[in-house]
Amino acid sequence: MARRSLALIAAALVLALTLVPIGAVTLRAGGFSGFAPGDGQALRFTLLQAFLSGLFSVLAAVPVARALARRRFAGRGLLVALLGAPFILPVIVAVLGLIATFGANGLVNRGLAALGLPEVTIYGLHGVVLAHVFFNLPLATRLLLQGWLAVPAERLRLAAALGLTPWAVFRTIEAPMLARILPGAFAVIFVICLSSFAVALTLGGGPRATTVELAIYQAMRFDFDLGRAAALSLLQLALATAAGLVALKLSGGTGFGAGLDRVVPRWDGQGRGQRALDALAIGVVALFLLTPLSLVALRGLPGLALLGPETWVAAGHSLSVALASTALCLAWALPLATRRGEALGLLGIAISPLVLGTGLFLLLRPVVNPFTLALPVTALINALVSLPFALRILRPEAEAIRADFGRLSAALGLTPWAWLRWVFLPRLRRPLGFAAGLSAALSMGDLGVIALFADPERATLPLHVYRLMGSYQMQAAQGAALLLLGASLAIFWLFDRGGRVYA
Amino acid sequence: MPGPRPPILPIRRKWKDGKMKALTTFAAVTLSAGAALAQEKVLTVYAGDYVVSEWGPGPAIEEMFEARCGCDLQFKPGELLPRLLLEGEATDADVVFGLNTDVTQRARASGLFAPHGQDLSALTLPIDWQDDTFLPFNYSHTAFVYDRDRLESPPESFEALLDADEDLSLVIQDPRSSISGLAMALWVQSVYGDEAEEAWARLSDSVLTVTKGWSESYGLFTDGEADMVLSYTTSPAYHMIAEEDDSVAAAIFPEGHYFMVELSAVTSVTEEPELARDFLEFTLSEDFQEMIATGNWSIPAALERQGWPEGFQALELPETVLFYSEDEAAALKDDAVEAWRAGLSR
Repeated sequence: MARRSLALIAAALVLALTLVPIGAVTLRAGGFSGFAPGDGQALRFTLLQAFLSGLFSVLAAVPVARALARRRFAGRGLLVALLGAPFILPVIVAVLGLIATFGANGLVNRGLAALGLPEVTIYGLHGVVLAHVFFNLPLATRLLLQGWLAVPAERLRLAAALGLTPWAVFRTIEAPMLARILPGAFAVIFVICLSSFAVALTLGGGPRATTVELAIYQAMRFDFDLGRAAALSLLQLALATAAGLVALKLSGGTGFGAGLDRVVPRWDGQGRGQRALDALAIGVVALFLLTPLSLVALRGLPGLALLGPETWVAAGHSLSVALASTALCLAWALPLATRRGEALGLLGIAISPLVLGTGLFLLLRPVVNPFTLALPVTALINALVSLPFALRILRPEAEAIRADFGRLSAALGLTPWAWLRWVFLPRLRRPLGFAAGLSAALSMGDLGVIALFADPERATLPLHVYRLMGSYQMQAAQGAALLLLGASLAIFWLFDRGGRVYA
Repeated sequence: MPGPRPPILPIRRKWKDGKMKALTTFAAVTLSAGAALAQEKVLTVYAGDYVVSEWGPGPAIEEMFEARCGCDLQFKPGELLPRLLLEGEATDADVVFGLNTDVTQRARASGLFAPHGQDLSALTLPIDWQDDTFLPFNYSHTAFVYDRDRLESPPESFEALLDADEDLSLVIQDPRSSISGLAMALWVQSVYGDEAEEAWARLSDSVLTVTKGWSESYGLFTDGEADMVLSYTTSPAYHMIAEEDDSVAAAIFPEGHYFMVELSAVTSVTEEPELARDFLEFTLSEDFQEMIATGNWSIPAALERQGWPEGFQALELPETVLFYSEDEAAALKDDAVEAWRAGLSR
């Protein structure tokens, strides 16, 4: 019963934090106002790009995750850790890295020109999708890798003993696992891309790439039309909820049942063709993800020398916010790690940060100076935003553990505490570490609501990067971005490593 | 560059703190060596993010004004008008620093601003300015900025820019999310009038991409991704003075350039109206005006050209300056943005 009431409290908190701010904004506006003429087109483009981005991210992740699941090679651990990097970079930095690679004057086009081949352009719908795949393919890969690693070793041993062909292994073992994981992964990525704005605009190449989030920004900042902003953000929430419900419906399958809970080497996929395929998948994705990252790092090096004390203060703020929001996020996610909880959690990334920030500002102001709360509020919001990712990572295994060990524990009459301590948490260690790392790093890199609240004394590192860029300090900004990348990766790696003892 | 600021004593004039807070304040004040500080008046200034960064003019402004007022100037960075409108009469702001002309109409209508009471004869703007509420402190013009080493023959007029082939690449800002982007939409509107949509359509081949704000665009330009970037006539001064690089230039068009001015204003709800007006008077002083050129990389609003820093005196500036009054701009804005959207979407 205790578990149930905890889950209800956690769910109520998610609902309160998403719906009450929208309510506050609507109330302040005195009601919703109608949509503007361009909004229909913005909605169509938003849906199209989010659908394609989600689709390509999960499809491309399948061969990569499979290759990583069954190969062991030097640098594999590092590669798996680096896979988290694109996801946590501030958008502006990642976009500049992508453009340095694929842009008109980027590495790819300079290579093509050297070979006498025609130029390719990154600007357009394909560029938007490419950028979103860059951000989200690593997430999809890690989610699928979790699924693969959760397949009990006994199944693979049995498959090897029966001499199943790769196709038969895929059909009997891998396909059901994919069917269970893919819809949820797609839904998370689809919902993230729903609220894309700067990426879609910059790589979309112009007004055709207008998204709903841009319309919200315009309504909020330029037209001061709070009613329209609230209406648009409710629309965004509805779309995300629909995506969550569809994913829920599709990902109904059950797990594999319990194994002996050991890690056993894999016997499948040792043929030459399979090896070549895996090497190709890993090579292509590593090149695709690491080239822009390396360019960001290279360009940041000279800027590191330009960083003043304010940068380090900002880095300290980011770090404390990240740690606080990670603890909060995990505490929030554990009771919600169920199918319904996961669908609900999607609301956190579906709500426009602008509307959320404005709503909280309106709510807090009569009671307390919002500026003194800038950092705690940012930590709370970052936890809310990380929640869907934590849930996506934790839920499949949490459910499997409950299904596989619940009866035994009930038979033994374990207390809730003993269940957590001896059964649940130890088995959840790998996803917990990953979820903690991702949530900490996300929180480091997220601008969140701080832009609306921040004092000079309370800036975080991403905000600092934007401020530097706004004052012509492009080089110092690149240095600060490199610092941010390094710090996010380090914190991600520490948590993830803690949980990834076998991976 | 200033070091870390001294801790601000927990004094909040307008904040209803509990007794506990008052006790802490008392303790802090008695313990602190600078107990006199507790008697100081506080001037709260809302300013843009770029102002308060360690690279912006904020730290210098704070130092200079505190030296003359014997008060504590506190910057609150962030969005200016959206925040002020949300807060309404309960706002903490005494002064708002850095408003643009595209919001003055709405700002005026809010009733949250009071007359500045300054003598406008000191202004050296290229246009006539008679506003009793919003006071200019620096200005610039929209312009396409390029690097002479990368682009040997830049277009010499707006017309030539529209006719340029697609080898010429531009990055511009979205008029729906950026002030400079909106200024460009009005620029095209004022040069081409009813033909604005057609002008955008002619330009579309050269537009590499559109970004959310100025920073992203300028980052792309300095990375070498585009030949020209929508920026300001004053951008070359930054490169000349801060980087000793004179290869960056603004293309000056005979059709004229759109005027962009930054304004400050006193709020009507301030409890320190005199101090707030003193601050506005200070923004027109020679000290401030000499500092703001390189502090904010814009042209001082009340300083003759011979008083500008050298890099600014060397700037090429337009002879024709285009500007819509706030009422004209408000009436034209939707059409100008729609012309942009329709023209570039073709």
